[in-house]
Amino acid sequence: MSQTNTANGEGQGIGRFLLRTSGHTNVQLGVICLLILAVMTALRPQMFMSSYNFESMAFFMPELGILSVAMMIAMLTGGIDLSIIGVANLAGITAGTVFGYLAGEAGAGSLGVGAVIVGVGVGLIVGVLAGLLNGLLISGLKITPILATLGTGQVFIGLCLVLTGGPAIVGFPSGWAWLGNGKIAAIPVPLVLFAVLCIALSLLLSRTSFGLRLKLIGTNPKAAVFAGIQKGRMIVWSYMLTGGLAAMAGILLSARTNAAKSDYGASYLLQAVLIAVLGGTNPAGGKGNVLGVALAVISLTLLSSGFQMMRVSNHLIDFVWGAFLIAVIALNSFRSRKSR
Amino acid sequence: MKLLNNTDVVIALILFAAMVFIGFVNPAFWQLSNIFSLLKSNVVIGLMALGVLLVMISGGIDVSFTAFAVAGMYLVVRSMVALEYDGVILPFVCATVIGGLLGLMNAGIIHKFNMIPLIVTLGTASVVRGLVLGGVGTSNVNINRMPDALIEFGRTDILTLERANGTTFGLTAMIAVYIAVAICIHLVLTRTMIGRSVYAYGADKEAAKRVGFNTGRTMIFVYCTAGALAGFAGLLHSSMIWLANPRDFVGLELDVIAAVVLGGASIFGGRGTVLGTVLGVFILVMIQNSLILMGIDTTWQRVVVGGMLIAAVAVTALRDRRALV
Repeated sequence: MSQTNTANGEGQGIGRFLLRTSGHTNVQLGVICLLILAVMTALRPQMFMSSYNFESMAFFMPELGILSVAMMIAMLTGGIDLSIIGVANLAGITAGTVFGYLAGEAGAGSLGVGAVIVGVGVGLIVGVLAGLLNGLLISGLKITPILATLGTGQVFIGLCLVLTGGPAIVGFPSGWAWLGNGKIAAIPVPLVLFAVLCIALSLLLSRTSFGLRLKLIGTNPKAAVFAGIQKGRMIVWSYMLTGGLAAMAGILLSARTNAAKSDYGASYLLQAVLIAVLGGTNPAGGKGNVLGVALAVISLTLLSSGFQMMRVSNHLIDFVWGAFLIAVIALNSFRSRKSR
Repeated sequence: MKLLNNTDVVIALILFAAMVFIGFVNPAFWQLSNIFSLLKSNVVIGLMALGVLLVMISGGIDVSFTAFAVAGMYLVVRSMVALEYDGVILPFVCATVIGGLLGLMNAGIIHKFNMIPLIVTLGTASVVRGLVLGGVGTSNVNINRMPDALIEFGRTDILTLERANGTTFGLTAMIAVYIAVAICIHLVLTRTMIGRSVYAYGADKEAAKRVGFNTGRTMIFVYCTAGALAGFAGLLHSSMIWLANPRDFVGLELDVIAAVVLGGASIFGGRGTVLGTVLGVFILVMIQNSLILMGIDTTWQRVVVGGMLIAAVAVTALRDRRALV
């Protein structure tokens, strides 16, 4: 229930603060959030407002949220990262492989906290290296981000297949499972991680020169170069950050399901793009904020959980996501035309 | 040296080198039955690639065509089964029209809202797939329920040969369809105003507009053709494998895009030829099919395709390298 309260508070108390910090989009998103909440509550009061429902949402939302934030960072420089799902799965699978190697015959369940830390470290390093590869291809070889990440994504998924041979890797240490299913003072661990990441990234993007330079590259690449920004290096950094975040999401995904597979979360790619765009990120670069993406992910999680309760088929939910994306595009286009 | 400046010639040389290499590792590659089956695997990907080529020349990218192919194929086969209709021409016309109309939707959104084609087509792909799977059904139409005329059409051969042991193998007639479509697209691209407008739009949108091209019409032509080809290829695919699977073609968009890029088309637009694309498709299909012949585990397939895509894009990017930014 704690989440409802914060959502309500956001709408009324912090409304002015939102307006001041990041423009109208976030206020609109906050209102949409509340609207969805109200409609779903009206339609399915017992089920929707149950603490169980909110808890389950709090466990699976962070993965998607982190992926969306990762996508947003890639979009800040006018790029896109289509390899995030591959990176996420590769991180989970490498960690799983490392556990299998460390535990040997004893089984991964016997491993302690130390091994889990190693696993997380390995996963994150894989993600950052994958991002480094993307960044180098994009800034060094001047490959368009779409094609570069399409190709590397394919390679990463291929490596997942090579490592696993096809079936899912199962049996992770119990400490690993805690990352995805545990609680700190009644708050799910993934949610805590998501909140911490959001705050840190929000500060990074709005309060440091790094964030400012990233946005400048997206707004006007030429001007950025003439202003003395080392564009190539900045782009590599941004993709490394994206890769690391994607790996984090992959770690949470495999921790929550206690398994890792090459094709987990394939539908998250479209959703991450959608949420980033919905959260006020401009895919052409230069505009985007963490708060908007966080609000967008909350509203879409509420929406899809509501649909599931009304027993709408999963495929039709895909349809709704796609239609939503196009509707948002159309809306943004009308708005920008009006402001011109 | 002048020849080497022609991208198509370079691609043909790469293809030739790859063929020699694969034939060297495993001489079974050169058996006619293998070559025929390679050509057969070219047809569906090739038809889709011709559509994607148009989109790429216009400077866009399309990831929705596989969804349109599924829509064309599955809707038509399901309604044929429901109506107990047995024919060939009308179903293919219907599948093509369905694909074309869905393409029109892409064109409309991209042109009207001036939005990045990748994001629009991601959205429309999800919409169409969701509607087909959620609204029409998720079950396969298997060979026992597939319309006979379609199966009969799909197994037509233009050339039938006999192996030493008495079994026969043939070259599918669909290859003729593919070649005919490729020639048509080639002629349209090189000889007609609308074809030239695609290049102009891809090279510089604003300039194309000022020269007096109706860019809206160009967009409609590009995306409708891509959709129509996909719809047609989808039904052709199902008539060739005697099965209509609504979950088919997932992930194929990547292979097709890789093939078009291998064929020398530039993602920035304004560059690309039909011949190059046809060769690119052949290279991709050949390497995918030959991994087994070369004794490489199939789990490596995606790594190889991804690597090929990156290499091809890197080479074209070096070629197209633009000024400072």
